[in-house]
Amino acid sequence: MTLLPLAWKSLVNRRFAALLTVATIALSVALLLGVQRVRDQARQSFASTVSGTDLIVGARSGPVNLLLYSIFHIGDATNNVSFASYRQIAAWPEVEWAVPLSLGDSHRGFRVVGTNANFFQHYRYGAKHALEFAAGAPFADVYDAVIGAQVADKLGYGVGENIVLAHGLGALAEQHADKPFRVVGVLAPTGTPVDASVFVGLDAVEALHADWQSGMRLPGSEISADAARRLDLTPKAITAFLLGLKSRGASFALQRRIDDFRDEPLLAIIPGVALQQLWGLVGVAENALLVVSALVVLAGLLGMLTALVTTLNERRREMAVLRALGAHPRVVFGLLALEALLLTLCGAALGVALLYAGLVLGRGFAQAHYGLQLMLDAPGARELVLLGAVCCGGLVAGAIPGWFAYRRALADGLSVRI
Amino acid sequence: MTDPAIDLAGLTFAWPAQPPLLDIPSLRVARGERVLLQGPSGSGKSTLLGLLGGVLAPRSGRIALLGTDLAGLSMAARDRFRADHIGIVFQQFNLLPFLSALENVTLACRFSARRTQRAGNAAAEARRLIAALGLDPDALGTRSARELSVGQQQRVAAARALIGAPEIVIADEPTSALDADARDAFLALLFAECARAGTSLLFVSHDAALAPLFERSVRLADINHGTALPA
Repeated sequence: MTLLPLAWKSLVNRRFAALLTVATIALSVALLLGVQRVRDQARQSFASTVSGTDLIVGARSGPVNLLLYSIFHIGDATNNVSFASYRQIAAWPEVEWAVPLSLGDSHRGFRVVGTNANFFQHYRYGAKHALEFAAGAPFADVYDAVIGAQVADKLGYGVGENIVLAHGLGALAEQHADKPFRVVGVLAPTGTPVDASVFVGLDAVEALHADWQSGMRLPGSEISADAARRLDLTPKAITAFLLGLKSRGASFALQRRIDDFRDEPLLAIIPGVALQQLWGLVGVAENALLVVSALVVLAGLLGMLTALVTTLNERRREMAVLRALGAHPRVVFGLLALEALLLTLCGAALGVALLYAGLVLGRGFAQAHYGLQLMLDAPGARELVLLGAVCCGGLVAGAIPGWFAYRRALADGLSVRI
Repeated sequence: MTDPAIDLAGLTFAWPAQPPLLDIPSLRVARGERVLLQGPSGSGKSTLLGLLGGVLAPRSGRIALLGTDLAGLSMAARDRFRADHIGIVFQQFNLLPFLSALENVTLACRFSARRTQRAGNAAAEARRLIAALGLDPDALGTRSARELSVGQQQRVAAARALIGAPEIVIADEPTSALDADARDAFLALLFAECARAGTSLLFVSHDAALAPLFERSVRLADINHGTALPA
């Protein structure tokens, strides 16, 4: 009660150095919490992207690779799955539903996903939320398209818009200008890669490439949009497919059967298991980042320690005055420890404020560029533990100059030999 | 009230691994008495101050203040005793620079319930003391201590030593940074306030010219048989 106003006024007296210390601690705390939060929310957002799917099936490659290209649209498939295999597996009695996915085209930087109506019916995200239409309905005609919320938002599209798809993903990709699409539906936001996708039917993907072979347009044999309608638009191959099973317990048995599939080399993954593998891979980098940010906090606290220790000499007289007034050396110790605690608390509070300011400013960017949804939740248990650890660190750092001052107060007595 | 304010007997003190600095068979200051303790710097004055303040412990001998033997008190109890009964004025740098003049004066009450109670209204008493020591509390009271001149700082320090009427005030060369006129004015005001509260004053100085102003003057060299080095 006696100490707090003294410590506060003493800090205000050295406000420039104190502000610098607080700023250092605030930045380091914001960095630590930011790394923690981005990591948690990236995991959460990845995990919530596929919540109802029991198995993902693609050509044989790596589990993480398959997960990334089929669901998160990161990277590309090395091989396709024949449509015959898809049909055969989809007809197995354990399978409740199957959603084919055909990737490879794009529209102004957004991925085009060829699929069927099952997608809108069975795809689940987050806590088993079904997809909802903000406007319009699923595609019915060959040249109908459904767009995700972010596509609609970014490009300003609504139902009735005519769009042209591009072959491949690059900016210079050749346009499928001869076969324009009409937007018939806009999906509500989901916070998943669905938002950044354009959905068309499998038959549309087939129609687009009717006059293509090996990634090249066949010169002299162009097929018009209407002519393509009359062709057999059953695809020969798709990129991957999602399976929902009647009983989840069958996942492992079915996974083994698909991995041993005779007709072609296939790979089935359980999304949760593949995500764990992904975290295993990413975890090392994440931990390194966390360690670095923890070290930055340590550097911040050491900076405070340095600032406090360097003031000790000039504050010796102050300590002698307090001793002359009857202050126990404990008071001298407490004064310095309290100053360190005040600095750390102010730094931590400012750091949290910086974090939220950063989240508010950066969430649009993270959503647009990485599809990462950053929430403005209250600090979680882990973040509170980290904050608590920082404050304890501050108290420990303050105990060191406090101890020096205590020792000096005893040795100096009432005379200050300066 | 018969116990002397300060009563030293057979006091010896030495810093570690050094010959005895102080060896004082006897020194007494009666209640309400104003004594000048005269000695050059390096003669052990500051050490004696630490012993009287209860911050240093003697090697042998007895230090009794107001009839209380300091040796019988724990360190915390000596701190409390100092807070309650002794006002101290240093040569300089008496004030906490980040507090105002008035806050510096009332700071003495923060560490002593007894002096708080004796001061009555601490803020009002601080203003009265500052005014009595020749400063304008309205103009200077709320100023930060670092903005005051050295002379003004010493008056504020004296006010802090006097607030709550402690029985003993120990002053360590408080006037050495002042010119002769300022020094005499300061002393006159200090004496008046000590007399008003019945406070004993032990005034330590190297300046022999001050001796006529005091009731009694003691040369440290005369009472100390230790091997203090002349400066």
